[in-house]
Amino acid sequence: MSRGARTLYEKIWDAHVVARGEDGTCLLYIDRHLVHEVTSPQAFEGLRLAGRSVRRPDLTLAVADHNLPTTRRVDANGNRLPIENAESAEQLAALEANIAEFGVPSIEATAPEQGIVHVVGPERGFTLPGTTLVCGDSHTAAHGALGALAFGIGTSEVEHVLATQTLWVRPSKTMEVRVDGRLGFGVSAKDLILFIIGRIGTAGGTGHVIEYRGDTFAEMSIEGRLTVANMTIEAGARSGLFAPDEATFAYLKGRPMAPQGEAWEHAVAAWRELATDDRAHFDRSVRIDATEVAPTVTWGTSPEDVAPITGKVPEPDSFADPARRAAARKALDYMGLTAGQMLRDVAVEHIFIGSCTNSRIEDLRAAADVVRGRKISDSIKQALVVPGSGLVKRQAEAEGLDRIFTEAGFDWREPGCSMCLAMNPDKVPPQGRCASTSNRNFAGRQGPGARTHLVSPAMAAAAAVTGRLADVRELVKP
Amino acid sequence: MKAVKRIHGRAIPFGRRNVDTDLIIAAVHLKTISRAGLGRHAFETVRAEPGNVFADPAFAGAPILIAGENFGCGSSREHAAWALADMGIEAVIAPSFSDIFGGNAYRNGIAAVVLAQNAIDRLLDAAWRYPLTVDLEAMIVSSPLGHRFTFEMDPFRRDCLMEGRDEIALTLSHEDAIRAYEERTVP
Ligand code: SF4
Repeated sequence: MSRGARTLYEKIWDAHVVARGEDGTCLLYIDRHLVHEVTSPQAFEGLRLAGRSVRRPDLTLAVADHNLPTTRRVDANGNRLPIENAESAEQLAALEANIAEFGVPSIEATAPEQGIVHVVGPERGFTLPGTTLVCGDSHTAAHGALGALAFGIGTSEVEHVLATQTLWVRPSKTMEVRVDGRLGFGVSAKDLILFIIGRIGTAGGTGHVIEYRGDTFAEMSIEGRLTVANMTIEAGARSGLFAPDEATFAYLKGRPMAPQGEAWEHAVAAWRELATDDRAHFDRSVRIDATEVAPTVTWGTSPEDVAPITGKVPEPDSFADPARRAAARKALDYMGLTAGQMLRDVAVEHIFIGSCTNSRIEDLRAAADVVRGRKISDSIKQALVVPGSGLVKRQAEAEGLDRIFTEAGFDWREPGCSMCLAMNPDKVPPQGRCASTSNRNFAGRQGPGARTHLVSPAMAAAAAVTGRLADVRELVKP
Repeated sequence: MKAVKRIHGRAIPFGRRNVDTDLIIAAVHLKTISRAGLGRHAFETVRAEPGNVFADPAFAGAPILIAGENFGCGSSREHAAWALADMGIEAVIAPSFSDIFGGNAYRNGIAAVVLAQNAIDRLLDAAWRYPLTVDLEAMIVSSPLGHRFTFEMDPFRRDCLMEGRDEIALTLSHEDAIRAYEERTVP
């Protein structure tokens, strides 16, 4: 792809080229493939019809997450409870039959390690710097937090990777999102990525791979980086990358699927070489001052519809672009909001703390810090905390976070995607309004007619205890 | 897969921007384990709006859809492409497409045709009354009103569409290169 100074993206790309097509499209080797139950049945069916096998089961890991109910999964004797929804049960059964038939390693639905694919990958050390990683889910971008070139693929590509362990990929342009400065008190990685999406728009990164750079990110925890990288797709880019650094190595060391012993030392030495070279060129560059970012909420039905919590629902006419004006009008109508209304006055009845964006231990701690010693507001109809994996759940329970949540009136659930996309029984009812730590506020995403406000875990907790969108900085002090 | 070279017929003048995959096919319909049958659930929330174009019998079975920028944004669900294909859509015309949708489209025999917004605006007007033609060979979208808009398309994707190619078979013809790569790098 390039000579001389190279970006992190270009280094990973160059190291994975198996063959080159005529127009720059390359056949890339895929090091890691995560499989879940929603986007894989048709892929396995395709293999079966063509009489093909899975080329490298050892580089593949399957886990069910989207459909699983978040209520108890085993009875008092440890036996698995049936899934009520027949179609969900069928999809799970299809995954289990397929992984047995094709010999794909997996994490069982009732295992303590089960969780959302994008939480499980990093947690197991399946996700490693410098690797190419794919999954039939667009939030695969999350794994870029560890320096993996990770992107979501469709089912035909899932089939292609299963059969060949490669993919034809067109090189992307490179885009640097550089953030410097310290995030203010009460401002999290989630607020920052919402702010970035608001700045560049949901099509802002289309055709690009984003590299997140600058001292704000250098100081950010791996969990915060996972939140940022996760929502890269909401900024239009298929992958977002962070150069692996000491924090990355410390996070990965000792994880079950990470290299051990001497292999670990070799791996770290190689990972140190991945960072973008000093004089490398980015096709686009965006700079952001972290001190400008406030706790942020969405008011519309696109993740670019953001405003600081101190702000107002915008006037559709304030947008220059006529298409955006029309979209904003439609969004306000769907959301049941009035232009000029203070965001702080917006009452919510549903709270969702979870999803691959914000369901790791740090997220739960941040929410628990706000909830501690408080009760959820009487006007809240449903407040769910859904840990990202069984291991996160155990850790939280060991720290007593579950008690903080349940004593305040939250439901403490089993891990999975849950109300992020409402494929399982966890839904927001029509016209219900939800403060959600997930990543998409599209019309109908959390259930038909559901109104979603995307927020950070601390802000979701603040909404739970006040019954409205609230500024977390007024509830907790530094 | 079926080869597509020229698509002619009515074009649904939808025009909306940021059409996301949840709008194309809601998550509740993702529980299928087969590719077929999703068309009747496509654009469900839009179909619930009074006076929407999808309810207009003139556009039943139309092979072309016209939309605004960033079509197919959101999730990687290929169900969105399957739903469109199942509705009979063979070409979507928009000023831009999400990267993932662009890939899912050609793999399912749907041409993702990029035209500038001003061309789209003219086609949106024409489509209410006239059929359109998308010619992949000549890379031109035309209407009986004399519109002729040329477009560009990734040559690889265009070939795949025009020849109805099986991509996995194509890749497996590189077996030696894949094996050599594995011997070199993968432990
Ligand atoms: S939590 Fe939501 S965004 Fe993440 S994988 Fe599950 S459905 Fe997708």
